Amino acid sequence: MSAEAHDHDHGHDHHEHEHHHKDTFITKYIFSIDHKMIAKQYLITGIVMGVIGIAMSLLFRMQLAWPEESFKIFNVLLGDKFAPDGVMANDIYLALVTIHGTIMVFFVLTAGLSGTFSNLLIPLQIGARDMASGFMNMISYWLFFLSAVVMLCSLFVEAGPASAGWTIYPPLSALPQAIPGSGAGMTLWLVSMAIFIASSLMGSLNYIVTVINLRTKGMSMTRLPLTIWTFFVTAIIGVISFPVLLSAALLLIFDRSFGTSFFLSDIYIAGEVLHYQGGSPVLFEHLFWFLGHPEVYIVILPAMGLVSEIMATNSRKPIFGYRAMIMSVLAIAFLSTIVWGHHMFLSGMNPFLGSVFTFTTLLIAIPSAVKAFNWITTLWKGNLQFNPAMLFSIGMVSTFITGGLTGIILGDSTLDINVHDTYFVIAHFHLVMGISALYGMFAGIYHWFPKMYGRMLNKNLGYIHFWVTAVCAYGVFFPMHFIGLAGLPRRYYTNTNFPLFDDLQNVNVLITTFALVGGAFQLVFLYNFFSSIFYGKKAVQNPWKSTTLEWTTPVEHIHGNWPGEIPHVYRWPYDYSNPNHDVDFVPQNVPMKEGEEVLHH
Amino acid sequence: MTSLLVIIVLVLLAVALWQLTKIFDLTQVGSSSDDSQVASDNDNNVQGYIMFGFLAFIYIFTIYGLLKWGNLALHTPASEHGLLVDNLMNITWVLIFTVQVITQGLLYWFSFKYKGNKDKKALFFADSNKLEAIWSIIPSVVLAILILYGLYAWNNIMFVDKDEDVVEIELYAQQFKWTARYAGNDNTLGKANVRLIEGVNTLGVDMSDKNSEDDIVVTELHIPKGKKVHFKMRSQDVLHSAYFPHFRAQMNCVPGMVTEFAFVPTYTTAEYRELDFMKEKVAHINKLRAEKSVELVAKGGTALDPYTFDYLLLCNKICGASHYNMQMKVVVDTPEDYKKWLSEKTTLAQDIAAAKAAEKPAEGTAPAGDSSSKVIDTVKAVVDTVKAAVAKVAMK
Repeated sequence: MSAEAHDHDHGHDHHEHEHHHKDTFITKYIFSIDHKMIAKQYLITGIVMGVIGIAMSLLFRMQLAWPEESFKIFNVLLGDKFAPDGVMANDIYLALVTIHGTIMVFFVLTAGLSGTFSNLLIPLQIGARDMASGFMNMISYWLFFLSAVVMLCSLFVEAGPASAGWTIYPPLSALPQAIPGSGAGMTLWLVSMAIFIASSLMGSLNYIVTVINLRTKGMSMTRLPLTIWTFFVTAIIGVISFPVLLSAALLLIFDRSFGTSFFLSDIYIAGEVLHYQGGSPVLFEHLFWFLGHPEVYIVILPAMGLVSEIMATNSRKPIFGYRAMIMSVLAIAFLSTIVWGHHMFLSGMNPFLGSVFTFTTLLIAIPSAVKAFNWITTLWKGNLQFNPAMLFSIGMVSTFITGGLTGIILGDSTLDINVHDTYFVIAHFHLVMGISALYGMFAGIYHWFPKMYGRMLNKNLGYIHFWVTAVCAYGVFFPMHFIGLAGLPRRYYTNTNFPLFDDLQNVNVLITTFALVGGAFQLVFLYNFFSSIFYGKKAVQNPWKSTTLEWTTPVEHIHGNWPGEIPHVYRWPYDYSNPNHDVDFVPQNVPMKEGEEVLHH
Repeated sequence: MTSLLVIIVLVLLAVALWQLTKIFDLTQVGSSSDDSQVASDNDNNVQGYIMFGFLAFIYIFTIYGLLKWGNLALHTPASEHGLLVDNLMNITWVLIFTVQVITQGLLYWFSFKYKGNKDKKALFFADSNKLEAIWSIIPSVVLAILILYGLYAWNNIMFVDKDEDVVEIELYAQQFKWTARYAGNDNTLGKANVRLIEGVNTLGVDMSDKNSEDDIVVTELHIPKGKKVHFKMRSQDVLHSAYFPHFRAQMNCVPGMVTEFAFVPTYTTAEYRELDFMKEKVAHINKLRAEKSVELVAKGGTALDPYTFDYLLLCNKICGASHYNMQMKVVVDTPEDYKKWLSEKTTLAQDIAAAKAAEKPAEGTAPAGDSSSKVIDTVKAVVDTVKAAVAKVAMK
C-alpha cells in the first residue's frame, strides 16, 4: 500500500484501498511494513540489547571495585575460560568494555532510540499514512536485527569477542597477535557494523524523504514539532557520516584479510617484522571520528527533540524559542561534522590542527547553552504536570548540563593533555550522551507508550524508576570526575599495580555500588514495560492533552494511521495555554479562530 | 561496609517513595478514584517537593565530593608548562561551577515552584529575542576568552623550538613495556626502524648511522631538573600513549611514525616527595596498604610493600591484555646527578659488541640443532617474501 497511500492528493479516499488485504501473523508482527510495528520492533530489540549492554557494565564494574576477586556470577556468565574460579580474566575485561560501548552507542542509543521514535513519530506527527518506503523500512529493521544477531554471535567465538575498545583502533584491532579478540571476534564485529550501517542508511534516507515529501497540507517546515526537526537533522548527519565509517571498516577488513597497508606500518610483533609499510593508524582515527563524533549527536539530538516536545506538553506552555531551538539544532549538526579532531589532540597529528579543532569544538557550547536555557525558560511560569516522562525530561536537561560543562575542559586541547583517556572522559560522555540520551529514551517511552500499545504505563513504578535512576546516575558518574583528575587511565583491568592509585579504591567501590543498585532498579522499568503491554490501564486517545497530530489517530492501530482523511494543519505545534482559547491546548488540526493572529515564533 | 549502607539507604528511599505515593493515593480515595495513570495534582505536589530535594542532593553531593575526594586530584604540577595548564584548568573550573550551580538551581527550583495544579494556567511565553541574544552572547564572549587562553597555552606547549638546547630522548613503546634511548654526546638520535631489530638491538637502531654510535638504551627514565627534555616517541606494535600525569604531559606512540612532546621538569623526585601534599598522600596510601596487608595476611597472602612516591610513565591507550600494567619509573635528578647516572651507562654500540663477543665462543660448540633452526629461518624468509609479494599485488 505504501506508495499509493502517500499520494500527495489527500482529497482522494484511500480508505477502502487500505483494507483490501488481510494481515497474517507474519505480515503483521514479523515482516511488517507498518511504521508503528517497525518502531515497536526497534524498541524491543533495543531494550534487549540494552539489558545485555548494561549487564556487561555491571560485570566489569564489579571487577574494578573488587579486583581479581572471585564471583560465582562471573563463572556462570563468562565460563571457565574467561573467568576461571570466578575471577575475571584480563582479556575478557577488555572484551566486555568494548562490547558494552558498541552495544550502547550503536544498538541501543542509535537504533533503539532514533530507530524507534523516528519510525513511530515521523509519519504520525507530519500527517502521513506511512514512511515513504515501507518496504525499505522493513529491510532497514531486519538488517539491524541481523547485525545485532551477528554482534551477539561474536560473543561466543573461541578466542573471545572484539576487545580493542569500541573505537577499534588498528593495529590492535588488526592483529590477532596483539590481542586474541582481534581474530574472528573482530571480523564478526566489522561484519555486524557494516550491516548496521546499511540498515542505518536505509532508515535515514527514508526519514529524510518522508519529512520532505509527505507532510500533510499546512504542515510547513516551521510548523513541524521539534521532534521531527531533530529526527530529520539526525538522519542527515547519519547519511553524511556513516558511509565514512563503512569505508574505514572496509579498509580495515582489507588490512586484516588481504594484507593491504592502509592503517599499518613498521610493525614488529611476536618476534617478527610484518610486511606492512606506509599506512597510518592516525588515518583510521580520522575516518573513525568523522563518524564517531557526529555519532554522539546522532544519539543526543533525537533525545533533545523528545525532551523538547514532552517538556512543552507537560509544562502546558509553548517550547521557549521554537525557531532558536531549530537554529541551534542546525548549528550543532553543522559543527558536529567539523570537530572530530578533538578526540585526537594527542594522536600525533599536527598540533596546529589541534588548535583548529579546539576552536570549532568550543563553539558547540553556544548552541548547546541556548538549548539548555530555552528548556529552563520553558519551565518558568509553567503549569508543570509531573508525569514520569516529564521527570525524565528534566533529568535529561540536568545531566546534559552537568556532562556538557566538563566538555569545556576536554574540548580544550591544552586541558585535554592531562585528562585524555582518563575516567574524567568516561564521566563526561556518560553524563552528556549516555545518561542524557537514555533519559530521553525513557521519557519517550513513558510518553508515547499509550500510542504504541494503547495502554498506560504505571506512573508510580515510573516515579520510583526515575528517582532511583537519577540518584544512581549521579552517584556513578560524579565521583568519576575525581578519579579521572587523579590521573587514573580508563580501560585498566585493575589499578592495583599502581600503589599511586590505592587511595581511589574506596571511590571505585562506591561507584560500583551505585551502578549495581541503579542497574537492579531498571528491572522495575522492565516489569512495568512488559506487564503494561498486556495488563496496563487502557489509554484514552490523547492522555497528555497534547497538540500534535499523533494524538488525533485512534488508539487502535490501523494501517494508514487515520481512518478517514488525513487531518490538515493550521497552526504551530505548541499552542499550549494560548490566551485566545479557553482550553489549555489547541491541537494543530484546529483551524485558526476568526481574527486569531498567526504569530511568528 | 559503606556499600552496604548505600544499598540500604537507596532501598529505603525507594520504599519510602512507594509508601508516599500510596499514602497520597489513599487520601484520594474519598474524593475521586483516579487510576488514569496521568499525574494528578497530588502527584505534581509530591514530585515537585522531591525535585527540590533532588536539588539539595546535587548540591550536597557536590560539596561532599569536593571535601572528600577533592584532594585526590593531581596536585602541584612537576613541569614548567604544568603551571599554565593548571591555571587554565582552575579558571575553567570556576566557570563550570558557577554555571552548574545557577542552571541546576534554576532548573529544579522552577520545577518545584511551578508544579502543576488544576486551577492554574501557564503563561503563554513563546519567545524573546532579547533573552536569547543574552544567552548567546554571554557564552560566546566567555568561550572566546577560554579559546584564546587555551590556544596560547597549546602553542607554547606543543611547538618545540628547534634551536633550543634540549635533551633528546626517545621513548620506545611495545606490548607491554617502555624503553628509553638517550641521544648521547652528540645529542642526536640515530635513525631506527623495526626492520633492524636484532638481538640486543631491540629498538631497531640503525648502527650504520653515525649518530647511533653513542646512543644509550635504558629501561628506567632519568631526566634532569630545569632542562627541556624533548621526547620522541615510537611504537613497535600497536598504539600506546605515553602519559606522565605529574608533568601534565601525554602523547600517543604510533607505529610507523615519530611523535613528540617536550617539557621542563621543575622538581626532582626527592623534592617532590618532600612537598606537604605528597607526604600526606603517601601517608594516607600507606595507611590503606597497611590495612589491606592485615587482611591479606589473615587470608594467608603476603603483605603489601609500603609505598614511596615515584614519578611514573603510564600507557594510556588500550594496547592489549596487560595494558593495565605497562609502566616505567621516571626519576628527575639534579643536572649533576643526571650526568653522573648517564655516564655510568654503556652505549648501545658497546652492548652489541659485548653480545657478539659472548656469542662467538658459543658458536664454536654449536649443536646440530642450530642448522635445523636455520632451515626454519630460511623457510620463514621465503614465506615472508611470498606474503609481501601477495600484499603488493593486493594493493595494486
